[in-house]
Amino acid sequence: MDLLDLLRGPWPWFVAGPAIGLVVPILLVFGGRRFGLSSSYRHLCAIANVPASYFRYDGRRQGGWNLLLVAGIAIGGLLGGVVLGDPEPLRVAEATARALEALGVSVDGGFVPASIFSWEGLGTPAGFVAVVVGGFLVGFGARWAKGCTSGHAIMGLAELQPASAIAVAGFFAGGLAATHLLWPALLGGP
Amino acid sequence: MAIPTDARFLAIGVYFGFVLMKGEVVSWYRIQEMFRFDSFHMYGVIGTAVLVAAIAVWALRRFGARSVDGRPIVTEPMPGGWRRYAGGGLLFGVGWALTGACPGPIAALVGAGLWPFTVVFASAWLGTLCYGLLETRLPH
Repeated sequence: MDLLDLLRGPWPWFVAGPAIGLVVPILLVFGGRRFGLSSSYRHLCAIANVPASYFRYDGRRQGGWNLLLVAGIAIGGLLGGVVLGDPEPLRVAEATARALEALGVSVDGGFVPASIFSWEGLGTPAGFVAVVVGGFLVGFGARWAKGCTSGHAIMGLAELQPASAIAVAGFFAGGLAATHLLWPALLGGP
Repeated sequence: MAIPTDARFLAIGVYFGFVLMKGEVVSWYRIQEMFRFDSFHMYGVIGTAVLVAAIAVWALRRFGARSVDGRPIVTEPMPGGWRRYAGGGLLFGVGWALTGACPGPIAALVGAGLWPFTVVFASAWLGTLCYGLLETRLPH
């Protein structure tokens, strides 16, 4: 097995987790910034001059670094997902695969189910709710909570911030409700 | 010589995006496994990420490290109160389980050519915009 195969294949949690955690000190030392990604949407609103006091600041100046970080992530996605993409289909835990099949969502080998996350899927009620409503809640919720998975679950928890513990409990409660109540209702409808 | 430009942030982003793809953190299926308690993977990823970040933050403070451009590394306490964290956290969690992606993975998936995530991105931007308009009327 050569180095390229190691780079291509999926990484186990004990490699990927620490590699993600290292972003925090790298960003603090080499960038002088605290890790967080969802404020990038706020900066884009500020740059677009959305008329609200919440967006009245110089988005380019204060948020330029954050937008570059997000642009870099997209390039990393291209490298990790396409250029050095895993040639093997994604495997899913058997119990989850069975539960999803029962709801009509098949494990198709991709990162995300194509039946929902595709232009055709977007036209179905489940696809529309997942993509449009889900995206809206990610943006709205992250701003209200003052952070997302990176700002609260990684950076905030690493700093032992009580606010982040509340936010992460909220992330988890919301995710459980959506998985066990909302998704079955969306997919198993009449 | 002056510290080279903000290109460093782009480079850190490339690294992070690559790791997100390889750890399969970007996968809707992995998020489903997590919320169904069917796999340890995401718990292992988030748990070790927090552990490594916490040790690093502690060590940087302990030894009074500064960033390359001389800024001290300090904790900025989040504002008090709990309503915003509970309410916003709940809504964010619902969005996370619906899209299977949070802001980092959304960007990575767009880069990987999964075009529906451009719509997720636009919706998240719209959600941010609506929060900004409603900010003063929400409990915090």
